[in-house]
Amino acid sequence: MPDVQNIEFKDPQARIAAAAASSEVTDLEGDKMVLNMGPSHPATHGVLRIVLELDGEIITRAEPEVGYLHRGDEKIAENMTYNQFVPYTDRLDYLAPLANNVAYALAVEKLEGIDKDLPPRCQYIRVICCELARISSHLLGLGAFAMDVGALTVFLHTFTEREKIYNLCEALTGARFTTSYTRIGGVARDLPPGWVEQCRKFLHEVVVNFDESEKFLSRNRIFVDRTRDIGVVSKEDAIDYGFTGPNLRGSGVEYDLRKAHPYLVYDQLKFDIPIGVAGDCYDRYLVRMEEMRQSVRILHQCLDQLPDGPVRIPDGKTVLPPKEQVLTRMEELIHQFILVTQGENAPPGEIYFGAENPKGELGFYINSKGGGTPHRMKIRSPSFVNLSILSHLLPGHMMSDVVAILGSLDFVMGECDR
Amino acid sequence: MAALDIAQQLKARFPEIISDPAEFRGEVTVRLSDAERITEVCAAAKKDFGFDYLVDISSVDNYGDDPRFTVVYHLYGYGHHCHLRLKTDVSEEKSELPTVCTVWRTANWHEREIYDMMGIRFRNHPDLRRILMWEGYPYFPLRKDFPLAGKPSEMPDVAFSKPAPLEGGPFVTIAGGKDRIAREPRVRIPETDALDTNARLERRKDVQEAHGHSHGPGPVETK
Repeated sequence: MPDVQNIEFKDPQARIAAAAASSEVTDLEGDKMVLNMGPSHPATHGVLRIVLELDGEIITRAEPEVGYLHRGDEKIAENMTYNQFVPYTDRLDYLAPLANNVAYALAVEKLEGIDKDLPPRCQYIRVICCELARISSHLLGLGAFAMDVGALTVFLHTFTEREKIYNLCEALTGARFTTSYTRIGGVARDLPPGWVEQCRKFLHEVVVNFDESEKFLSRNRIFVDRTRDIGVVSKEDAIDYGFTGPNLRGSGVEYDLRKAHPYLVYDQLKFDIPIGVAGDCYDRYLVRMEEMRQSVRILHQCLDQLPDGPVRIPDGKTVLPPKEQVLTRMEELIHQFILVTQGENAPPGEIYFGAENPKGELGFYINSKGGGTPHRMKIRSPSFVNLSILSHLLPGHMMSDVVAILGSLDFVMGECDR
Repeated sequence: MAALDIAQQLKARFPEIISDPAEFRGEVTVRLSDAERITEVCAAAKKDFGFDYLVDISSVDNYGDDPRFTVVYHLYGYGHHCHLRLKTDVSEEKSELPTVCTVWRTANWHEREIYDMMGIRFRNHPDLRRILMWEGYPYFPLRKDFPLAGKPSEMPDVAFSKPAPLEGGPFVTIAGGKDRIAREPRVRIPETDALDTNARLERRKDVQEAHGHSHGPGPVETK
């Protein structure tokens, strides 16, 4: 059985060469097989399609096809006011809508030059949103990854905790998935009564779940065998292919926008940035696991330090005034009318703002010619960039490694295709 | 070292094509006057100025102005932690500039997206195909003269399957037919139309006469 020998090669290029050498003997047809994986496949987490060219079980060429979920978000953004686009950001990375809301609001606030005026309470609430979204997204990424490589229990286990996050989201925003929580210059509403205690209770429960999930996987022979030394991305490749987020840090690059270019109140919070060593699927899993613990740490600090005060900039020219004032006072009525019909008057200019989202750097490039709508808005989505490495990464791996690699890259197609 | 200093050094390196750095909201932008030399400038920015991470490439349609398009590169250096925005203009007649895939491999998909959405071609790109829209789509949707509602276009045949034939579904009836065959168009009658398309078409005609349309509560067949 020459194939058994081939599997032992650690180097992907050596595997291709060995497969080619053995195929002269065993492959009677002399042809390679083309296999179409996706766009509707459980391991592609949405509508990613990969055209794989196989020599036996070894992949010799991989061509990812994206765009099945393209909705033209950037075109839509050019045709509405800044606040009207907030619900569309829910649909980018739909596993972490709160984080998208925050990233988008911060980008527009940077353009308008009001990002330094945000009230402290609003900034803390936004950090809480981001970190809850990170835990939610990583829990799903982790569960789906484990399920793809055969450990179904973890998926059900992590979903128990995600359900609690959704309950918190519902109490906070009124919606479980499509939160649309931020407004330009603040957030939609303050924390409801009792929410902080609910959140604390959740944090105490979720760390237990982390420990249990880790027990399921970290030293699980099958899981380790299927992920260690699989999908190795070197530091150089990770930077060259524009990796961001946990995938970049899994390859050993210590770069986190929350530390490198702190926004909101991240510079006042204590947390560590976990990095991997080998850059394989297992390291990416470990990085995500540790990031969730760090998120819990951040959340505890935020809940302890949460200041009182307004949750929006008290300026009627940028943020909608309170409804009771609109109904009773003339100036607020005018502000409301102008803001709803024309939007905030953003200055001409261009900005790029990148936020550390669960999947990586979610960036908004806004080109404004002044007025209430952007002239051009480009969304730099981490999933899109992270997937572009596939045609380089997959060849040389076994067919069954594809699901492990896709699971460890943790992408979401709503964001990739926009 | 601040981003402004690096931009000044880059300008000193290419004094005739790089503009003075402009700063807005703490971000530094330089403009490259000759788009043909983008590869050379980017290679130098990566090699000598430490911009090893290409964050993003985007494109702007300045509809009504000349040159019409602007391509915007966002660079970042892990060594010095500075951002730099590099902009260059491309005219509509030309709609082409050299690729930077040779400098950063992440540029591959960014450039494909710009080609797909804006119709700007990248010379020497290894695989310049549409990426978000389908192969053969005739328009460039992010151009300002493309309407928000879209334009009708044909999808390739592979995207559709033919409407399901009017047979096989149980318990489906249409009221008002003159006989059982017209009332229950999905009933299979093996001895007459198992392989006979004409019989099926005949039956449809009966339904059409009785009911005003030729289909039951199933997919509509379009011409």
